[in-house]
Amino acid sequence: MHGYEFYVDPSRCIGCRACENACSECDTHPGHPMITVEYLDRENSIATVPTVCMHCENPTCAQVCPSDAIKKTPDGVVQSALKPRCVACNNCVIACPFGVPKMKSKFQLMMKCDMCYDRTSAGKRPMCATVCPSQALSYVNPREIGRRRETPVNTFRFGRQTVTTKVFLMAPEPSTEVAVDVVDYMWERKP
Amino acid sequence: MAKPPLSSAALRDRFGPHLQHEPPGGFEERGRYPADRLVKTHCCFCGQQCGIQLKVRGNEVIGFEPWEEFPFNRGMLCPKGVKRYLQGGHPDRLLDPLLRTDAGFRTATWEESLDLTVRRLREIQARHGRDAVAVYGGASLTTEKSYLVGKLARVALRTRHVDYNGRLCMVSAGTAYKMAFGVDRSPNPWSDIPLADVILVAGANVAECAPITTDYIWRSRDRGGKLIVIDPRMTPITRNADLYLPVRPGTDVVLMMGLLHVVLRDGLEDRSFIEAHTSGFDAVAASVKPWTPQATAEVTGVPPESIEKAAKWFGEAERAFAMHARGIEHQSKGVENVLSVINLALATGNIGREGAGCVMITGQGNGQGGREHGQKCDQLPGQRSIADPAARRHVAKVWGIEEEDLPGAGLTAVEIMESIHRGEIKGLLSICFNPLVSLPDSNFTREALERLEFFGVIDFFLSETAQHADVVLAGSLQEEDEGVVCTAEGRVVHVRKAVDPPGRARADSEILCDIARRLGPADKFPYRSPKEIFEELREASRGGVADYAGITYDRLDSSMGLFWPCPAETHPGTPRLFEGGKFFHADGRARFVVTENRPSGDPVGPEFPVYLTTGRVVSQYLSGTQTRRIGPLVDQFPQPRVEIHPRLADSLGIADRDWVTVTTRRDAITLRAWRVRTIRPDTVFVAYHWPGRRSINRLTHRTLDPRSKIPEFKVSACHIRRADGPPEWAAEEGASADAYPLGVT
Repeated sequence: MHGYEFYVDPSRCIGCRACENACSECDTHPGHPMITVEYLDRENSIATVPTVCMHCENPTCAQVCPSDAIKKTPDGVVQSALKPRCVACNNCVIACPFGVPKMKSKFQLMMKCDMCYDRTSAGKRPMCATVCPSQALSYVNPREIGRRRETPVNTFRFGRQTVTTKVFLMAPEPSTEVAVDVVDYMWERKP
Repeated sequence: MAKPPLSSAALRDRFGPHLQHEPPGGFEERGRYPADRLVKTHCCFCGQQCGIQLKVRGNEVIGFEPWEEFPFNRGMLCPKGVKRYLQGGHPDRLLDPLLRTDAGFRTATWEESLDLTVRRLREIQARHGRDAVAVYGGASLTTEKSYLVGKLARVALRTRHVDYNGRLCMVSAGTAYKMAFGVDRSPNPWSDIPLADVILVAGANVAECAPITTDYIWRSRDRGGKLIVIDPRMTPITRNADLYLPVRPGTDVVLMMGLLHVVLRDGLEDRSFIEAHTSGFDAVAASVKPWTPQATAEVTGVPPESIEKAAKWFGEAERAFAMHARGIEHQSKGVENVLSVINLALATGNIGREGAGCVMITGQGNGQGGREHGQKCDQLPGQRSIADPAARRHVAKVWGIEEEDLPGAGLTAVEIMESIHRGEIKGLLSICFNPLVSLPDSNFTREALERLEFFGVIDFFLSETAQHADVVLAGSLQEEDEGVVCTAEGRVVHVRKAVDPPGRARADSEILCDIARRLGPADKFPYRSPKEIFEELREASRGGVADYAGITYDRLDSSMGLFWPCPAETHPGTPRLFEGGKFFHADGRARFVVTENRPSGDPVGPEFPVYLTTGRVVSQYLSGTQTRRIGPLVDQFPQPRVEIHPRLADSLGIADRDWVTVTTRRDAITLRAWRVRTIRPDTVFVAYHWPGRRSINRLTHRTLDPRSKIPEFKVSACHIRRADGPPEWAAEEGASADAYPLGVT
């Protein structure tokens, strides 16, 4: 799958959690998904968003790690903390601007998505992007993503910090109007 | 007579539902001893029938792997598909036949259980006539099993009462498509969806009930296609709707007539298509005359300008596509709702072309194939009418019986339960059906089950319905038997056997054959394998509408499935129906059928002022017999909740998570409220997967569509009150009663 990239498009997400359920099947962290799906605000909207490691070029998690436990592969995949080095200090959990790493107390270890290194290195797509039924998570050729309405971006500003990532986020087209309440779409007889 | 022999707590302790979170032996053992083979097959759940590979170790399914080559889902799965393997090695699994005793259920031998089943059914028939026994089948069965259910009823029991749980699913769509087109199948393959310029989704929670279809719709939008969603709730696909029409429950037919009104008013119809390929247009055109946008808005609650815009988009599109599901079909005018969608597609010439059509989104695993070959009360194999003398002669010949020995049409599923309640039908044999959870008005269903003189069930888990049985025959999961299924697209695919049934449980097809042979005539059921059943089924379907004569297991294995009709082994199958405007009626024309607005069978009024509508959540399947035992799926959505708009909730003093009592003319249940702005303020929604005091079907009503006999699950009248405290069931459920759906805080 040379040249394929990972794209996250929250606007396609239907909140089904196929990604979480499939991720939790991985034999390296069974029962513990490394991806999360959240409602933005369920009372007001059905919108959901998947959060997966963005695999930063210069990963904040690695920068703040006091024991140099977080490594990046030559092809840009940021890996879970190395078990012999991780001191479970939580620095990475607190520092990540995307809120990705999780401290797994059962394993005394920071764990995060490694983009299914076992699969991608064997020519397969990452599990979540394979099963995702709305392709909110896609692992495809950039040409294919170019046909979508949304635009891929991978540079993010957090205050004075600018982060560039391996994973792309799809930015929606500009819209002129947003309504979320069913009442806004209804016709009601004037009292 | 047939009350559960133990308390619900004792039954639950022994038979579950218990939650399985890990594969047999646990994750660690799977890590140490991985799978020894992958079996390419299909998901056991919904009508999408996604391709999936099961990881098998020895005789146990221990996981899954995506099957990316299967063209329909290309590796995609929903959470149910991902976790379906957790049924394997489940502690609740029935490993032996069970016989009821005064003290509960005891295990028994097959000899004893089958003898008892056959003796009791024969006794009832001898005393009260053949039709005093009925057979229930289900649409999650393979096509071979469905065929056997029909043949067992008509040849071995010779009762006319055989029907199936698809009566709660696809019959409104099927009836309408047969009336309009002469055939009951979605006309387009799903590959047409991304090619559509406008997609209209009416009453279909695509994201939760047919999740893979979402990507097909999104791909149309990628090309610039527009999406119109019609639903009283904003379901997840509504987040990308270009137009959302929040229809008032039960008024879909008016909305569709309003759309057709605008199409005709503005001259957007396809005159040449209408003249060349249809009949009945003028009467339909006249019938929509009164439904101006303003008149339509008054009834449906959809703004006139939205009606204008939807009609214009659909009417002007080069390729428009309409999709519908149970939202419009689960109504006492379900058939008319579907006909009104078809009328719009026909009037605009959107049928039988690439990227243009109208389709039903089939719900159950074999919702399509399960209704084609003879477990429906009025149909014989090949989607033939049981009232058609030529069809009867053909099938009687294949079965080696006299045509006059073949019973006529019997009662439908709900009518069978009503006949049991009246004491007319006294014996019931059921497979793949959990009516105590899935039929409307469950208190009535329970009373009926208690009146049965004999109730035999084939099942793999002891469902709530099976708790009322005299004999429970331990059957097979989908992966423990072989056969074919037909997907929502009309694609016939091969379900491969991955493992043998555990313990003394047996393959459903063998159990059905054994019962039939014991009832006799034994020589009419000589099959040694599902393949031999399929070979006979091919002949029985030959020349029928659903013609499988050219389909073989070998052809299915060397392709990615075949679309029927497929009349010869050299025929490539028929992915798209009606190309060139050729329909299945004798004159080749499609029919416009006049529809009318009628009130619901359970109208809202001063005492019951709020609409109650029901449906599904993404992590559960149907009556939950399987999915309520799979830990991660239960964790995702632990308990039913009442979706209620803040405007309605505020007027009743209801806060989020408050216990509220929902009451209809049948019964009342108490559940937690879930305040959401994604539902009409005159409507509440509850999903139906749960039993007992959490079952919303205690509240639904038995009004049936006069043609399809589907119950009106989608429209009931209720009132809602804040409850004083938690209901009794909350204590039984423990912490789960307080749990939020995953991701909700």
